Amino acid sequence: MSSGVAGLSGAKPDGPLKLAVPRGALFGETLDILDGAGIDTSEVRGDSRSLIFETEGMTLVTMRPSDVPTYVEAGAADVGITGKDVLLEQSDRMVYELLDLGFGRCRMVLAGRKGDERLGESQRRLGMMRIATKYPRIAERHFEATGRQIELIEVKGSVELAPLIGLGDGIVDLVATGRTLEENDLEVREEILECTARFVANRVAHKLRAAEVDELTAKLREAAAK
Amino acid sequence: MIHPIPPGTRDVLPDEMRELRRLQRALLDVFEDRGYGEVSTPAIEYDEVLARGDGRTAASAYRFFDEGGDLLALRSDMTVPIARLVASRAVRPQRGQMREFVQAGVELIGAPAPQGTAEVVEVLEAALDGAGLDRAVIGLGDADLFRQLLSEYGVEGEARDSIINRLATHDLVGLEAELSDVEGIGEEQVATCVALSQLRGGSEVLGEARRLGGAAVERATARLQETFEELERRDVAERVQIDLGLLRDLGYYSGAILEVYDPALGHVLGGGGRYDGLLKRFGVDLPAAGFALYLERVHVAQMEEESRRGRDGQ
Repeated sequence: MSSGVAGLSGAKPDGPLKLAVPRGALFGETLDILDGAGIDTSEVRGDSRSLIFETEGMTLVTMRPSDVPTYVEAGAADVGITGKDVLLEQSDRMVYELLDLGFGRCRMVLAGRKGDERLGESQRRLGMMRIATKYPRIAERHFEATGRQIELIEVKGSVELAPLIGLGDGIVDLVATGRTLEENDLEVREEILECTARFVANRVAHKLRAAEVDELTAKLREAAAK
Repeated sequence: MIHPIPPGTRDVLPDEMRELRRLQRALLDVFEDRGYGEVSTPAIEYDEVLARGDGRTAASAYRFFDEGGDLLALRSDMTVPIARLVASRAVRPQRGQMREFVQAGVELIGAPAPQGTAEVVEVLEAALDGAGLDRAVIGLGDADLFRQLLSEYGVEGEARDSIINRLATHDLVGLEAELSDVEGIGEEQVATCVALSQLRGGSEVLGEARRLGGAAVERATARLQETFEELERRDVAERVQIDLGLLRDLGYYSGAILEVYDPALGHVLGGGGRYDGLLKRFGVDLPAAGFALYLERVHVAQMEEESRRGRDGQ
């Protein structure tokens, strides 16, 4: 029993490991944790225009957080970092979720207008609530699991606008500090789930680049615990 | 004018078809050389027959009624139809059956582990060589490991299925959370499950697995070791990665399971394994194993490998 290891080194995957880095809300803390794991991010920090950065032994590819599962599933990126909200909303994407990185903590909530009983009233009198959201699958799953019917209204941006001008009775959205809700006269009615940043890997990369993926996982785990 | 086709289907035009056929012929030659004969079964079967093989494949994408009101289903794999064929056509066991579809693979009926498993891996390696995928890797795992380990921990029924599902999708964060919630499972058992699911590599991982302990682990590693030693005897262990975390989502697998990867492609090229209990459900108790490659994915990997070899000037 000896040849297996030597044989596997013949797999020779191409080039350095590619890591998908989310721009946007998770960007800063992602770079911080990568620094903590010993990955040089100075170039990424200094250049907001480029998308691809070569560092020692690793290629960093920056993209929208919601694109991370797409790139990682296809193997265009071997590993990546994105929010649990993105992973839940795209739960049909086959990626391995290896680590909870702990940062980027926020809550998915159901919110309605302050002092406004429309959510309850629609539920009681119309048999369903009209919910505006950017997260249709998470919203659908939550109401299905709690036995309530909704009419889903999918919007792409500024979802807090919807109930203010009569599009829907309430919203399902991600809340970090709650300030946006506050400013728009909305309040949290139900907590759906809590989200943090996750480290994910492509299925094939997880097998064929096992040593590199495991090493990076261990370093990130250590950096996340700090 | 554009006429639509159903979702999940596509047209194939001559240039691609020519290459697919060439690939198919190369695989066919490999299977024929090794004594496998081709069989053909109907594209549609009685739903009840397919469900007998695997309750979950009963959810075939296409089901419909015939004129007598019986429920028919489009087959979603070939293993169950071939098990049905072997049980009802008095096919002499021992030699395998070749199948050719959008998938290409073999079923070896009548040969038990570890020899039967090793022969299937041998044919799979030859098929990968025939397709020009010299960097491809075959993952070898055990379908019973986690089922038995969780039983050992006293986790059964729905809770076990749910945990197995976390393992199958490799949702390690969810796995840890869910295991910790099960009564009677301590930190040590959680750590063992997580660590086992990450053990992949050469034969040294068997030793690492054993150190994590437990009767289920002992049995699974013994099976894997037997198979691996048989592969070494046949000189086909080089490209095999032992993977304790491997799980296939079909319900009929038992013992050894296989998955195929190529560094040029982010998707799994195919898979298979032993299904020793499947034929019994059709009334004939025979050990069996097989594999299937997704022809189109192999084709993509083949193209990528060719252009890589071109770049490297080999």
